Amino acid sequence: MSLEKFSYDNRTVKWFAYATMFWGLIGMLAGLWAAIALVRPEMNLGYAPVTFGRLRPVHTNAVIFAFVGNGIFMGVYYSLQRLCKARMYSDLLSKIHFWGWQAIIAGGALTLFMGYTTGKEYAELEWPFDIAITLIWLVFGANMLGTILKRRVAHLYVAIWFYIGTWVAVAMLHIINSFEMPLSLFKSYSWYAGVQDALVQWWYGHNAVAFFLTTPYLGLMYYFVPKAANRPVYSYRWSIIHFWSLIFIYIWAGPHHLLYTALPEWAQSLGTVFSIMLIAPSWGGMLNGLLTLRGAWDRVREDAILKFFVVALTCYGMATFEGPMLSLKNVNAISHYTDWTIAHVHVGALGWNGFLTFGILYWMIPRIFSTTLYSRKWANTHFWIGTLGIVFYAIPLYWAAFTQSMMWKQFTEDGTLRFQFLETVTSIVPMYALRALGGLLYVSGLILMIVNIVKTVRRGSFVANEAAEAAPLVKTAAAYGTAHWHNWIERRPVQMVILSLVVVGIGGIFEMVPTFLVKSNIPTISSVKPYTPLELHGRDVYIREGCYTCHSQMVRPFRDEVARYGDYSKAGEFIYDHPFQWGSKRTGPDLARLGGKYPDSWHYNHMLDPTSMSPGSIMPSYPWLFDNNIDNAKTPAMINVMRKLGVPYPEGYELQAKADLEDQATQIANNLKKDKLDIPANREIVALIAYMQRLGKDIKVTADKN
Amino acid sequence: MNVIILLLGASLAVALFFLASFIWSVKDGQYEDDFSPAHRILFEEETDKE
Repeated sequence: MSLEKFSYDNRTVKWFAYATMFWGLIGMLAGLWAAIALVRPEMNLGYAPVTFGRLRPVHTNAVIFAFVGNGIFMGVYYSLQRLCKARMYSDLLSKIHFWGWQAIIAGGALTLFMGYTTGKEYAELEWPFDIAITLIWLVFGANMLGTILKRRVAHLYVAIWFYIGTWVAVAMLHIINSFEMPLSLFKSYSWYAGVQDALVQWWYGHNAVAFFLTTPYLGLMYYFVPKAANRPVYSYRWSIIHFWSLIFIYIWAGPHHLLYTALPEWAQSLGTVFSIMLIAPSWGGMLNGLLTLRGAWDRVREDAILKFFVVALTCYGMATFEGPMLSLKNVNAISHYTDWTIAHVHVGALGWNGFLTFGILYWMIPRIFSTTLYSRKWANTHFWIGTLGIVFYAIPLYWAAFTQSMMWKQFTEDGTLRFQFLETVTSIVPMYALRALGGLLYVSGLILMIVNIVKTVRRGSFVANEAAEAAPLVKTAAAYGTAHWHNWIERRPVQMVILSLVVVGIGGIFEMVPTFLVKSNIPTISSVKPYTPLELHGRDVYIREGCYTCHSQMVRPFRDEVARYGDYSKAGEFIYDHPFQWGSKRTGPDLARLGGKYPDSWHYNHMLDPTSMSPGSIMPSYPWLFDNNIDNAKTPAMINVMRKLGVPYPEGYELQAKADLEDQATQIANNLKKDKLDIPANREIVALIAYMQRLGKDIKVTADKN
Repeated sequence: MNVIILLLGASLAVALFFLASFIWSVKDGQYEDDFSPAHRILFEEETDKE
């Protein structure tokens, strides 16, 4: 059989590699800035786009979808071609994929800075971007599947399975979590409300970790670690078992993000059980990767690439041990809402994703530029700075988490809370300073790598189309018997499963969405009423400023939380919350029962300068809320959208909404005037105060009546 | 909590997809040889440069 000549497309790989480094730097600098702002709140600059609440989503989205995202595509485009012995299916699709993804990132970052957000963690981008992501993801899928179908190697190497799994799962997760009803070009409301929205969001959120940060990187690991070590993977059979077990278990673990919340108990337990099971396949993969280096440990001493891989795999092992532990309810009771979560994800992100990406870049760039790395010494220096960075990042945060959680839960002998919330924050600020130092070290390492790679690129000569040759795949499907229409599809397994997935998916969506939309909005607590028009506007401000990045709205049923915040939260309280705002981290106190706790004037002063009300507070100030007006031209549309989503505003209420809004705003403005605070009633701060004063109050109405 | 039905449906659809893929991969003989694939990926550069 004659060999076919073809070439590998290195140009797309190169572009994705550059994008990985560029967005990595941007995303990590945003993170560093946010970390410093927790120590020195003046870093918020009193300027809306760079306050913590907006910078943090920019950081998380940039690091996950821009840095790791481009890293995935870089690695997939490089390895898939070589594993399939085929050029990528279509150069045009590669180009659309690359530029489309970069456009989404740039536009996404810009809109996040401007405050356009859905308010759902890791899915903050607004609806036009959600559609664009879906389209580009389809382009990526078509390009990948096309390459797989025209492959010249019959066997699909395990890495390819990881890529396929990633693609299918992310498509499904993204689409289902992104159901939202547009209000305007850059504003929408989640179709789901309250506890249901929370469940969908964390089903998505956890699987974003599983299928965006983990499975594609395991695929890359199974290609690049053996290549860099020049040794076959320790056990190929193990890798196959690892893949299939991981893929079947991961998708059910999401509810562990909602332990002790208003989510039904059985769903919480389901999440915990699957999370604990996950340790087996996760550690299987980790050990398989590490054992691949058997007999090559002497090279690990000198080779920075292998060092990066060893630490990446070790961090993966630590994070996937910690994950199941954090899913135990008794551990979660301590860890949740603290910096433990932040430390946990950063061991994964900095260690596993970051270090694996760096190792791949150091290994791959010289190859596609047919040269050697400019400085191996710098790469080693990068390794040590980066490792120190991870240590300085994680350990202070673990310390801070334990300290703060223990302080929250302490009572005096008289049975009152021992510490004010603010005291628990100020006592861990020094730890935040050390964490920022860790971040600084890590970013410095990244910059050193970029310089090293630029110098490598300069002295190399780029091989845009790498020549290769391989024998074509023999078609083994032989025709036998009389052809039945079903034979056609039986011989096309890939098309068949995709077809069935599409059928099942579309059928399921059309059947179920209306059902739960209608039923889910039957109020379970009769005193819980929809938000007033002014409160809706205030809620939009709350979402826009990313208040959920530091404040939860979910009181867990613990003695200390009930003593500190009030009665624990019930599922029925959130049925009009599109989207839910439970949050996942308490850098500030919980706000679920904030309504009526302080006078309007307190909120006014606090939002203008938090330290005036709470000396030592690290919260940013929000001066622009006192200058901007709410857009009450939108009010009727907001009421209509909410009604479509099932919030029971009476028919025709949108016509009356504006008048109600003005009444309530005037009332608050008058309240403020009594305290000598003069503000026009149409300012955003008035709406925000209205929303904050409503929080958690409905349920108190019944309690008072009884 | 009707949304659980949607999530279960979606998760099961994905699971079924993977189950079908798994059955296909076994029937296709993908796993009959679990030795050479691990080694084959290491050798391609040499053939490329011929």
